[in-house]
Amino acid sequence: MFGRSADLPLAKDATSRFLPWLIAVMVFLAAVAIAGALATEVVVAGWHRDISGTITVQIMPASGLAEVSRDGTDKRVETALRILETTPGVTSARALDRDKTAALLEPWLGSREVFEDLPIPRLIDVSLAPDRNINLDALSRRLSESVPGASLDDHQLWLGKLVRFAYGLEMLAGTVIGLTTLALTSTVIYATRTGLAVHFSVIQLLHLIGAQNEYVARQFAASSTWLGLKGGLIGMTLAVPAILGIGGLSTRIEGGLVPDVTLQFHHWLILALLPVAAAMLARYTAKFTVHRTLAKML
Amino acid sequence: MRQDHLKMAEPVIRFESVGLRYGNGPEILQDISFSLERGSFHFLTGESGAGKTSILSLMYLAQRPTRGMISLFGTDVTTARRSQLPAIRRRLGVVFQDFRLLDHLSALDNVALPLRVAGVAESEIKRHVPELLSWVGLADFMNSKPPTLSGGQKQRVAIARAVINRPEILFADEPTGNVDDRIALRLLRLFVELNRLGTTIIIATHNEAIVRHYRQPRIHLVGGHLEILEPLAGKEPPIDLTPGPPVPPPPFGGRGHGRDL
Repeated sequence: MFGRSADLPLAKDATSRFLPWLIAVMVFLAAVAIAGALATEVVVAGWHRDISGTITVQIMPASGLAEVSRDGTDKRVETALRILETTPGVTSARALDRDKTAALLEPWLGSREVFEDLPIPRLIDVSLAPDRNINLDALSRRLSESVPGASLDDHQLWLGKLVRFAYGLEMLAGTVIGLTTLALTSTVIYATRTGLAVHFSVIQLLHLIGAQNEYVARQFAASSTWLGLKGGLIGMTLAVPAILGIGGLSTRIEGGLVPDVTLQFHHWLILALLPVAAAMLARYTAKFTVHRTLAKML
Repeated sequence: MRQDHLKMAEPVIRFESVGLRYGNGPEILQDISFSLERGSFHFLTGESGAGKTSILSLMYLAQRPTRGMISLFGTDVTTARRSQLPAIRRRLGVVFQDFRLLDHLSALDNVALPLRVAGVAESEIKRHVPELLSWVGLADFMNSKPPTLSGGQKQRVAIARAVINRPEILFADEPTGNVDDRIALRLLRLFVELNRLGTTIIIATHNEAIVRHYRQPRIHLVGGHLEILEPLAGKEPPIDLTPGPPVPPPPFGGRGHGRDL
């Protein structure tokens, strides 16, 4: 019977025991980093969806005694509403009444009686037609000219900071992925060089009976691919519960401080490709290393 | 190369002023020049340490000379690109002094190695390899791994591996090392058979009985220099081969590159 064992007994090397675990650690780190980046993107996209198409107009209270101030402020709100309603592209403009405004402030200022007499800014919630490009600068100028103390907030400042934060997280994830790729590549190069040294006499014999470098490289590549895949699968097996666990913890936070960060199907698909990517990286790194090292042999 | 003094045939091996030294040591081989024509049969003789293994390793491309030119099949192998060497090596067969069998592979897989390396189809391999192993008398040891084989059995596996590809040149470094003369002659029959089919044979040996028996010219190494000597005249009668059962011609099969000899 012809055996199916390879000419180079790579499977029995010490390398084949430690390499999958090293790769597993790197795939775990990369998976968590990618999941983090994807989740951040989901969150930012959610916020973006919630607030695009809306602006908030804030009216500062008029000065004077409580009664005077209240009437003055009401008048300002009415003027602002009129301007907004006549602006093309605005689908609705709704002033938050005093009760609602007070309800918003209650968590921060305490019982309503405490601040009932305080001059409180009023808010107008404005919805915009999504397909109309409205010149917000012009609208803002018109409002502040006609209504003293009116200011327009399109949430861009707030969102911009969030987007920058998300971008920062993505850069961080990218760095982690880059570093793990580098570490994996170096590990495979080192393991392959060790293998070449350990099996030097067999490789020399294969050369002498007419083997091309490719013949040797193929065996190293096959072994490395398998080790990479094995490591990748171990890494993912560890990463999936970790990612699900963090997601689960985030949904338990009350008050909606942290939005739902559940990954979607195509995100999981990206993560599922990681072991394959690790296997391919291991494969081509090994192949390249063998060719480069053997080119120096006769 | 054309104005070579050798007969009509173009030499398959040609050395010109070849020198070899290891590191800064003395030259082990000095100014070696000779050529061997296709289909010749030579013994390589010389004291132990005269450089027999070194000169063989130059011929089967295990190393390059420190100086001089070596050509195989008309190709200058001292300047050839590395990528050209595998094709040339597949036309050679080598029986190493220490056999160099792969211990983790069965006898079958060891002998199949040159065919696999040359990309011969598995069906061809399955046909020819068991046939040749049976012919060298290892029918019962095909699945054995080298560590479980005796010295003589390993030697036969090594010889089978060297000839499975029907090489154009066969090098054998003390192929009859630890076996008695009768078994040695039985093994050498394989080489004679190959030689009849056109293979050039070079056998390094210091077994004088064999050299006398075959009466082939000798390449003799002394102190790093080389001379080609006439066959040792049989002062004594050639050794008797016990007339056993008739031995069929060896089944050489599966060439890696379907060229006729």
